[in-house]
Amino acid sequence: MTATTTASPTRTGDNPFPLGKEDLLNAYRTMKTIREFEDRLHVDFGRGDIPGFVHLYAGEEASATGIMMHLTDEDRIASTHRGHGHCIAKGVSVHQMMGEIYGKSTGACHGKGGSMHIADLSKGMMGANGILGAGAPLACGAALAAKKLGHKGVGISFVGDGASNQGMFLESLNLAAIWELPVLFVVENNGYAESTSVDWAVASDSYVDRANGFGLPGVTVDGTDFFAVYEAAGEMIRRARDGGGPSLLECKMIRFHGHFEGDAQTYRAKGEIEDIRNNRDCIRQFSRHVREAGVISQAELDAIDADVAKLIDDAVEQAKAAPLPGPADLTTDVYVRY
Amino acid sequence: MARKISMKDAINEALDQEMQRDPTVIVMGEDIVGGTGSPGESDAWGGVLGVTKGLYAKHGDRLMDTPLSESAYIGAAIGAATCGLRPVAELMFIDFMGVCLDEIFNQGAKFRYMFGGKAETPVVIRAMCGAGFRAAAQHSQMLTPIVTHIPGLKVVCASNAYDTKGLLIQSIRDNDPVIFLEHKNLYAHESEVPEESYTIPFGEAAIVREGKSATIVTYGQTVHRSLDAAGALAKDGIDVEIVDLRTLSPIDTDTVIESVEKTGRLVCVDEANPRCSIASDVAATVAQEAFKALKAPVRMVTAPHTPVPFSPALEDLYIPSAERIGDAVRQTMAA
Repeated sequence: MTATTTASPTRTGDNPFPLGKEDLLNAYRTMKTIREFEDRLHVDFGRGDIPGFVHLYAGEEASATGIMMHLTDEDRIASTHRGHGHCIAKGVSVHQMMGEIYGKSTGACHGKGGSMHIADLSKGMMGANGILGAGAPLACGAALAAKKLGHKGVGISFVGDGASNQGMFLESLNLAAIWELPVLFVVENNGYAESTSVDWAVASDSYVDRANGFGLPGVTVDGTDFFAVYEAAGEMIRRARDGGGPSLLECKMIRFHGHFEGDAQTYRAKGEIEDIRNNRDCIRQFSRHVREAGVISQAELDAIDADVAKLIDDAVEQAKAAPLPGPADLTTDVYVRY
Repeated sequence: MARKISMKDAINEALDQEMQRDPTVIVMGEDIVGGTGSPGESDAWGGVLGVTKGLYAKHGDRLMDTPLSESAYIGAAIGAATCGLRPVAELMFIDFMGVCLDEIFNQGAKFRYMFGGKAETPVVIRAMCGAGFRAAAQHSQMLTPIVTHIPGLKVVCASNAYDTKGLLIQSIRDNDPVIFLEHKNLYAHESEVPEESYTIPFGEAAIVREGKSATIVTYGQTVHRSLDAAGALAKDGIDVEIVDLRTLSPIDTDTVIESVEKTGRLVCVDEANPRCSIASDVAATVAQEAFKALKAPVRMVTAPHTPVPFSPALEDLYIPSAERIGDAVRQTMAA
């Protein structure tokens, strides 16, 4: 753990963490909600309940949570194909998300978007995105709007290690730098672009070097360490808000599931998945730290686990029972005259 | 009587008046200020052909030069449009659309529908289009069929200064993404334009010449070539009606069908390549909706299915000419 003793308004006397107890409990609740949401989709997808395909965020929860805890609804995020965790951490309704993934009219996008396109602009969630790297210019646009409209909002662009090779992303680093936009570029490096290793596909050894090449400061953190993400992101977001311009944060993380559900993952090393699940689970690490510090009890965590399990059960139940969109919905929300 | 100004000045005036009216309108693009960060004048160019010249002096940093990164700044304009701004982004030539097409067709065009009606994307993407400028294969295309194919986009291609001003103001006020195409060969073309602000609704074609012998449906530069053809045809007693579509999405099929029902003959003139073009779309619509009104087969006059050639000798053959249009009308009259 790399958490330091940075002063924080929410910090309490005996608490060695940069967040107060309520915030720590909220962080745990968010991470646990993402995990349960994704693990439930894993099971239900396997049963054939869910149309299309889904990309799960399980194992990566500390990144979304550690970053989003610094944001308000005025701040905008542009997410990726692996966007469920970002949505939950940004405050999108779990019920609406589940409805969307089931293709129901109660979904966040009334069933017209699906897993890869969940959005809720009222929460600052500009959309998951099926096109890798396409969100980076959009986040620059959100930051430009904040700057021109004179509010303190920031734009956060998420890409994986795969999309970090896209021209759209690299162009955005330059654009943000020369326009001095309040943007944070987050590279969620889980080691695999679908099945292709980051070690092979990314020529640079360091995302910090890559950021520096565009005139941006960059930091690499252990993305499974909630506190490391929280602190690094906090500093960069504050910098952006205060007019200090864009920066890049690489979160080195792990992916519990395949690229998409149904991926046999034979490209991974033997024993790799068991190893990361046993030794690099961000939620387990977080729980251990807060318990060992005596700040939060196991009983408190168990109570949250029970709440979350009920929430996800309820969301799935509602999604299954919800009405499908009807024929009239096919041609609404778009200019149609033909 | 209103004063006459050029299409180029009409664009400048529309942008100026909308920026004065609405503080959320910003304008960005490559060289649209034209000198940012340079040792000389910071607004030397005002656009590669001077269309935005003078706006920086009036509106300051609401005009933004961009790096040569179409994906980044077109995407940023689209993102900003979902966050409270009304950006007008200039993509210098529509031919450059290939570089940033994802942000246009997978992002901006889809947001409203894909997000269940919860997003609006009031962005205008201005771009020069069309041949005749000796600008060769990658700076001369009429790519209207590519953008009209995409649901969620509105597409404008005006033929004169009056329509240009009214349609550009309408585009800026519209809450959907608009591809606003400016034929570079028409920038100097002058027509009467009121000084005050006004809008022209989308989806309303203009009948620029009334007639009863045959209907020509077209847009952009070939409106003028059709008018030239009509003059020659009139000497032979052939009285054509010319429909200027003005907006291609939405497209005013009602006016087209009414005209064909009156004349019974249709010639579709399109500077785009022929396959899946505006011409073939109009021909198919008339075949479906007004087949019984037709006294002769529909004829199409388009560019050949080739890239735009450079040599003036070849480019002049590429663009539908008044002669070819006239010949097509005579063929339909003889059928």
